[in-house]
Amino acid sequence: MNRIEQKLQEDKKILSIYFSAGYPNLNDTVQIIQDLEKNGVDLIEIGLPFSDPLADGPTIQASSTAALHNGMTTQILFDQLKDIRKTVAIPLIIMGYFNPMLQYGVEAFCQKCAEIGIDGLIIPDLPVNVYADEYKATFDKYGLINIFLITPQTSDERIRFIDSVSSGFIYMVSSASVTGSQSGFGSTQENYFKRIADLNLKNPQIVGFGINNVETFNQATQYAKGAIIGSAFITHLKENGSGKIADFVKAIR
Amino acid sequence: MSYNVDEKGYYGQFGGAYIPEMLYPNVEELRQQYLKIMAEPDFKAEFDQLLKDYVGRPSPLYFAKRLSEKYNTKIYLKREDLNHTGAHKINNTIGQILVAKKLGKKRIIAETGAGQHGVATATVCALMGLECIVYMGEIDIARQAPNVARMKMLGATVRAALSGSRTLKDATNEAIRDWINNPVDTHYIIGSAIGPHPYPDMVTRFQSVISEEIKWQLKEKEGRENPDYVVACIGGGSNAAGTFYHFLHEPEVGIIAVEAAGKGVNSGHSAATSKLGKVGIIHGCKTLLMQTPDGQITEPYSISAGLDYPGVGPMHAHLAETGRAEFFSVTDDEAMTAGLELCKLEGIIPAIESSHALAVLNEKKFKPEDVVVICLSGRGDKDLNNYIEYFKI
Repeated sequence: MNRIEQKLQEDKKILSIYFSAGYPNLNDTVQIIQDLEKNGVDLIEIGLPFSDPLADGPTIQASSTAALHNGMTTQILFDQLKDIRKTVAIPLIIMGYFNPMLQYGVEAFCQKCAEIGIDGLIIPDLPVNVYADEYKATFDKYGLINIFLITPQTSDERIRFIDSVSSGFIYMVSSASVTGSQSGFGSTQENYFKRIADLNLKNPQIVGFGINNVETFNQATQYAKGAIIGSAFITHLKENGSGKIADFVKAIR
Repeated sequence: MSYNVDEKGYYGQFGGAYIPEMLYPNVEELRQQYLKIMAEPDFKAEFDQLLKDYVGRPSPLYFAKRLSEKYNTKIYLKREDLNHTGAHKINNTIGQILVAKKLGKKRIIAETGAGQHGVATATVCALMGLECIVYMGEIDIARQAPNVARMKMLGATVRAALSGSRTLKDATNEAIRDWINNPVDTHYIIGSAIGPHPYPDMVTRFQSVISEEIKWQLKEKEGRENPDYVVACIGGGSNAAGTFYHFLHEPEVGIIAVEAAGKGVNSGHSAATSKLGKVGIIHGCKTLLMQTPDGQITEPYSISAGLDYPGVGPMHAHLAETGRAEFFSVTDDEAMTAGLELCKLEGIIPAIESSHALAVLNEKKFKPEDVVVICLSGRGDKDLNNYIEYFKI
């Protein structure tokens, strides 16, 4: 069983953390992963930086741009991660836009992920139908889970379709927004969280976008299996460097 | 071979809709509705009436006598520069604002580079009384001040794109992010033949009025509908798409696309996507795209803000790959010289974008009996400062 699926069977609310690989410094990647695991995070999303991250707000755009300026590339990330499974057991997901993967070669990319021990991918601009028609067989061959997004505007019918081709979990975007732009959840989000919970999908849901503290984490996980924090963690890294990750995680947990 | 979009939204291997799930409901609604809406009699009537009475169509097909003498061939100019707002961009914004109204949208967003598409969008929003927000790179705002003022006078809000290189590519990213943030009441009017399906096809169809008119105008003047060549400049490729559309499946018509080579194709300061691009994904479509080996989108360069784009519309990528269109790359210097030549020979000051198309006359030798139609996509008023600086006028 894939490490993501195994983790999701645990009887707990999942805390997932996103960060941009190569930020704040090019070679921080491994240490950040190790510290996140050590401090009790359940799942890690490693952001593969992209020049034009369409679905991201200013915070992740800036960390992505900084990582590219630091010299981060797909190959460097793979090199940094080559021995990662010697030190951590936590499920690891690479989150990135499709073009860098396409240039690396989708099959070569998947093969490399499998070699390293990456468990899944999140590719916001690879639509589910293109994935199902052209790439699912390759992902399956390398045992990689591809995670899909749903939003408050996604119809029930489409959510059921996405659920049917998904494994691992469904990434539930909290509101109509790019990353990092919400402050607190209101009744609209709560109704949406509840609506999705009532669909009784086969895959658990993890909420992302707009989770930035213990309150929003608790609100999001009232109905969902877990929540993802990205921009707020990057802001913490920006302000404190990569040395105080324990403080950040303790404030949530 | 078909050069039109297939039912899945592709031109050969190019096109598609590589969009985040957040955009799916809007793009899917548009995909399901656009052809139906465009076929409705009241839509067609309103579109045609506005093109005639508001835009001033048909735009003339002008026989450029002195230019023809100089190059010893028969040159016609399709005068899109005479349209309201000064370029071909308005053909598409009129069409899309009518689509947006049919879809019940209340708020319009757009991206703009030089500001021509922004002005054309602000214009139709004023005409229809809809809120208008135009994203423009911070650097472009500084270098295209008159168009920023025009948009504001027309009631639009101009928002600076502060990310990345702060030019057209980033303005497009910001517009897409706005659409993600406002998924219900907003329509995004894309200005070029790019973006996720159905945008490239929709924009092409609205611009295809250009080649539709060329056909009957040329019949009147030359006794035949098909010229030997049609020529257009190409950035994202909307005027080119409109100029080529009705000739794509007429094999006797040569199709010529002219890209911006900037300071030279291999100078590192260029926007010649057909030469420098590789297959990739930009702004929701698979197309030829200038990028690093690692798949990061690179910064193009051209003296012409309208051609300063790292990708090219998927239809054009297909035309390049199949060889249906012949692609030329023209440097800043060659384009500026061709632009000034048109001023002196014909009394027409062209937009620098259009000057690139004119420069092909020095690249390719046409026969004396050839009929060559060049799309004069816009007028040069917006570029006066560039011309003044370049020629030290």
